[in-house]
Amino acid sequence: MFDFGIWTSWIHSQLTAVMPEGLAIFLECVAIGICLLLLYVIIAIIMIYMERKVCAAFQCRLGPTRVGPWGSVQVFCDVFKMLTKEIITIRHSDKFLYNLAPYLVILASVMAFACIPVSRGLEILDFNVGVLFFMAASSIGVVGILLAGWSSNNKFSLIGAMRSGAQMISYELSIGLSILTIIVLTDTMQFSEIVMRQADGWFIFKGHIPAVIAFIIYLIAGNAEVNRGPFDLPEAESELTAGYHTEYSGMHFGLFYVAEFVNLFIVSSIAATIFLGGWMPLHIPGLDGFNAVMDAIPGFIWFFAKAFFVVWLLMWIKWTFPRLRIDQILTLEWKYLVPIGLVNLLLMVVVVVFKLHF
Amino acid sequence: MKRNVNIKSMKYEDFNDNEYIEQMLKELRENGTNVIVGCLDDVIEWGRSNSLWPLTFATSCCGIEFMAIGAARYDFARFGFEVARASPRQADFIMVAGTITNKMAPVLKRLYDQMADPKYVVATGGCAISGGPFQKSYHVVNGVDKIIPVDVYIPGCPPRPEAMLYGLMQLQRKVKAQRFLGGINKGISEKEYEKKMREDTNKMEDNKDYDESGLA
Amino acid sequence: MENNTTIKERIAAIEPSAVWSDAGDGMFKVPAASFRHLAEHLRNEEGFDFLRSLTGVDEGEEGLGCIYHLENTATGENTVISALDPDRENASLPSVHDLWKGAGFNEREAYDFFGIKFIGHPDLRRLYLRDDWKGYPLRKDYDMSLNPLNMQNEEANDDSPSYVMTKDGSYILKRHPLFEDQEYVINIGPQHPATHGVLRFRVSLEGEIIKKLDVHCGYIHRGIEKLCETMTYPQTLGFTDRLDYLGAMQNRHALCMCIEKAMGLEVSDRIKYIRTIMDELQRIDSHLLFIACLSQDMGALEVFFLGFRDREKVLDILEQTTGGRLIQAYNRIGGVQADIHPDFVKKVKEFIKYMRPKLQEYHDIFTGNVIVQHRLIGTGVLSREDAISFGATGGTGRASGWACDVRKRHPYAMYDKVDFKEIVLEKGDCFDRYMVRVKEIEESLNIIEQLIDNIPEGEYLIKTKPVIKLPEGSWYSAVEGSRGEFGVYLESRGDKSPYRLKFRSTGLPLVSCIDTISRGAKIADLIAIGGTLDYVVPDIDR
Repeated sequence: MFDFGIWTSWIHSQLTAVMPEGLAIFLECVAIGICLLLLYVIIAIIMIYMERKVCAAFQCRLGPTRVGPWGSVQVFCDVFKMLTKEIITIRHSDKFLYNLAPYLVILASVMAFACIPVSRGLEILDFNVGVLFFMAASSIGVVGILLAGWSSNNKFSLIGAMRSGAQMISYELSIGLSILTIIVLTDTMQFSEIVMRQADGWFIFKGHIPAVIAFIIYLIAGNAEVNRGPFDLPEAESELTAGYHTEYSGMHFGLFYVAEFVNLFIVSSIAATIFLGGWMPLHIPGLDGFNAVMDAIPGFIWFFAKAFFVVWLLMWIKWTFPRLRIDQILTLEWKYLVPIGLVNLLLMVVVVVFKLHF
Repeated sequence: MKRNVNIKSMKYEDFNDNEYIEQMLKELRENGTNVIVGCLDDVIEWGRSNSLWPLTFATSCCGIEFMAIGAARYDFARFGFEVARASPRQADFIMVAGTITNKMAPVLKRLYDQMADPKYVVATGGCAISGGPFQKSYHVVNGVDKIIPVDVYIPGCPPRPEAMLYGLMQLQRKVKAQRFLGGINKGISEKEYEKKMREDTNKMEDNKDYDESGLA
Repeated sequence: MENNTTIKERIAAIEPSAVWSDAGDGMFKVPAASFRHLAEHLRNEEGFDFLRSLTGVDEGEEGLGCIYHLENTATGENTVISALDPDRENASLPSVHDLWKGAGFNEREAYDFFGIKFIGHPDLRRLYLRDDWKGYPLRKDYDMSLNPLNMQNEEANDDSPSYVMTKDGSYILKRHPLFEDQEYVINIGPQHPATHGVLRFRVSLEGEIIKKLDVHCGYIHRGIEKLCETMTYPQTLGFTDRLDYLGAMQNRHALCMCIEKAMGLEVSDRIKYIRTIMDELQRIDSHLLFIACLSQDMGALEVFFLGFRDREKVLDILEQTTGGRLIQAYNRIGGVQADIHPDFVKKVKEFIKYMRPKLQEYHDIFTGNVIVQHRLIGTGVLSREDAISFGATGGTGRASGWACDVRKRHPYAMYDKVDFKEIVLEKGDCFDRYMVRVKEIEESLNIIEQLIDNIPEGEYLIKTKPVIKLPEGSWYSAVEGSRGEFGVYLESRGDKSPYRLKFRSTGLPLVSCIDTISRGAKIADLIAIGGTLDYVVPDIDR
C-alpha cells in the first residue's frame, strides 16, 4: 500500500531546510487548509451531481443533461447562481445569529470532514482520540441549525429547528454506541489505527454479527444525523416548506445545502472507514496473490469507492422511503436503536473477551 | 459584448420573439462593456440561465401541468430547473400557474416580494395572463401583470408541457440577454435598502406591528 | 325518487304549511318560520341523515333562501325542501348545522354569497370572500363596482360572529374568539406544497400536536356560479372542466345530464357508453394523481414519478380523442363533441393490460412500506356517522363504511348495466382512504373492460337547437366524480341562461371535516390526512 506519508515528510524536510520550523509548519497548515477546502468543494459538487443523477435514475428521469456532457457542469451553474443571488436580511430577526448560523453549520461540517482518512498518510487530523473529536465536531452542526431556526423569527423555522434538535441529539447516541462497538473490537480511537487493524479483514467481516448490527444501526442513525432520507423532518418540504432554512436565501442557503450533502458524504465515509476498511483493500487471509492484486489499486480509490457506495445506499433509501413522523423517529431511536445498540455493545464485549471474532 | 443568445439544440430561428431579444441585446451593446466585466458577466449569465429554480406555486389546473413537466416524461430537470423550492427566498422564478383571484392577489404580491433578487415571473395560462374565461368575474384579477411584472407569458388553458418548456427556454434566453453587473444587480447597500423598506412600511396605514405570522 | 308519493304525504302531515311545487324535479316550499321544525323532524324521525346539497338562492320578490337536498341513506329516499325569507334586507333562516354537520360550511357559503343570516350558527364568518368584502355577490342586485382589487394584506380575523335568537324573536350578534392569545398558531398555506393548491389552514399547535384547525377557503374563488348566470347553457359547460380539473369529464357529464334532463332529451346508447368509459378513464387518472401526490406529501418521491408515468398513458388516450390533456371539453349537451378516435378501443385495451400489473408495483413500493403503514393506519379516523353527517362522499365516505357511490345509489349512463363492486372499507383511517382509491382503479379497469368491446353504433351527438331554452323549474343531477358526489342544481326561469346554477362541490365537505379528524393529530398527520382526503381546491372554491 502506497504511503503518502513519504511525500508529506519529504515536503516537510524540504521546507525546514530553507526556513525555521515554525514558519514551515505554518505554511503547511495554510496549504493543507486550502487543500481541505478545495476537496470539500469538489466533494460537494460531486455529491450534488450524484444526487441529481441518482434520484433521476430512480424516478425514470434523465436528470440534468443540457450543460456540459451529461449535464456534468450543472452544479457550477448552480454555484454561480447562488453566489449572485441576493442575501435577504429580515427585520425582526436576530441579525447576528441569523448570519452566524450557516457558518456554524459549515464549520462543523469542515471540521468533521478533516477527520476522514482518505488514504495512507493523507490524514489531516489524526490523533489518539480522533473518534471522539469527530463526534464532538460533527455535533456542533445542530447548534447552527437551532440558531438558524430560532433567529429567523419564523414559526416553520422554529418547528424545524426543534425537530432537528430533538432528532440529532437523540441519534448521536446511536452513532456513538455503534462506533463504540467497533472500538471495543479495535481498542483504539485513532482513525488511522482503526484502518490499519483492518488489514487482515474489514471489521464488518471480523466482527461478524455484532459488527453487522452496528453497521445497520450506524446507517440508520447516520442518515438521521444528517437530516436526510426518511428522517428529513427538520426541512420536511411538504410540511414546513423548507424547515429551519426557510428564511435563508442566496449563498447562506447555499451553505446549508452544501453542508447537507457533504455531511452525507462524511457519514458515509466514516461508515466506510470503520466498517468497510477505509482505504484498506479487500484482503482475504491466505490468498496472497489476490491480496497483491488488490493492493495494486491505490488506497484513495478504495476509500472513495466504498464511501460512494454507502452514499448510494443512503440515496436509494432517501428516494424510496416516505418520511417518518416526529414521534416515530423518537420511538425508533429510544425504544429500538438504543437498547439494541447497548445489547449489541455487550455482545461485542463477549465476542472480544472470548476471542470469538476472526 | 454579448453575442446572440443560444439555447442548446434549438435553432435561433425556431424561437418567436427574436426581435425582443435583439432589442435587449442592442441596448446592452450601445454603451459597450469592459472586456473583463463582460466576460464575467457572460459566465454569470450562463450560470444563472441554466440554474433557474422554480417556486412551487400553483393555484389551479396549470399547476397540474407544472407538476407534469417536473415528472418523468417532460422532466424539466434536464434544463436545470430541477430544484423546485417551497420557500420563496430560495426560488429564482415564480410560475404563476392558475387563476389569481382578488383574495389571492395580495398573497401573490407578498410572495413575489419575499423572493430574493434577481427574480422572474412566468405567467402561465390564460387566467394568469388576462383572467381567461373568468375575465368578467367579480373576484378574478385580469392578468397578473397588474400586480407584479411579468417576464414570460405562456398562453394556453392549460398550456401543454411542451409549451411550458418553450416558455422556460424563452426565460433562459431573456436571462442570458441581461447584464448582471451594473444591470439587474442594482447594488443597493443594506442601509439604503433598509431606508427604502422603512418608507414602504410607513406608507402602509398607521403601521401597526408588522404581521409576523408570515405567509410561510 | 321512487318513494316520493309517500314522503310527500308524510311531509305534508308533519308540516301543513309546506307547499309542493311541481316544476322540474319538484320541491316542498316551506316558510322560514316553520322550516326548523320540519328539518328536525326529518332528521330525527324520518332518518334523512345526509344533506346532499345546500343551495342559497335569490328569488327576487319572493326573497332569499336556501334549497336543501336531503337523502335517507338507509332507504335511499330523497326530498327537496326550499325555505325562503321574504325580507331581503335582513334575511335570516334557522341554522341546521347541529342536524347535519356538513351544513356548517354550506351555510357560511350561503351567508357569504347571499347575506342570509343563519340564526344559531356558531361561526358565521365569510367562507370565500375577504371579511372586508362589501355586498353579497350572488344576489341579483349586486353591484360589480363595489369591490375593486384590494391589495392590502388581509387581516386575520380571530373573532367568529354568531347570531343568537333572543326571547322576543329578534336576534343579537355575539362574537367568540377563535384562538386564544396564548395559542401558538401557525399558518399553513395559501402557498404551501401540501395543501394541493391555495387552501389555507390556521393551526393551533401544542408542540407538534394540533389543538384546533381553522380552514380558510376562497383563494381561488372565481365566481363561476355567478358567471354562469350570464352565459348561455352551452357556454356554462366550459366552466365545469375548470372546477375539478381531475374530474373534468365527470363534472361536465353531470351538467350535461342535468340540462338534458331538463330538456327531456334522451341520449343514445353510444353516447352513454362513451361517457361512461371516459368517466372511468378520468377516475383512473385522478386516482393515479392521488397516489402520486400522497406519496410526495409523505416524502416518498419515487412513487410520485411512477404515478405520473402511468397517468401520462391515460392522458395519451384522452388526448387522442378529445384533444386536451386536462381540460378536455368533451361532453356536450346531447352527446359528445367528437366521435372516439379509431385507435381508441385498441389503446384502451393496451392500457388495461399495462395498468393491471403496474398496480402491484405501487403495492410493493408504497402500500407495503412499513413507514407508510405506520403513518397511515389509525390516523385521521372519520367515523361513518360523521362521514354521512358531513356529507363526505367518494372514497372518503366509502373508507368509513358508507356505501355512498352515486353510481350505485342513483345509477346513470351505463352504470346499472355493468357489473362492478363498490369498494367499502370499515375503519375510515388514512390507510383505508388510500386503499379505497387504489382498489377503485381496479374496478374502473373492470368497468372499462366490460364496455370497451361492445360500444354500439349510433350517433355521437344528438342535434339540438343552437339556442337552448329550458322550461321553468329546477333540477338536480349528480354523478360520482373522482372524489365524491358531484351534483348540479339548475334553476331555470325559461331563459337561455340559467337563473341559478349551483355545483355541489365534492371537496367542501371533505375540507369541513378536517378540523374534526385532525384534532390531536400531529402536523405530519395533517399532511397525510389532507393527502388522503384528496380534495381539489378550485373545486371547493368554485
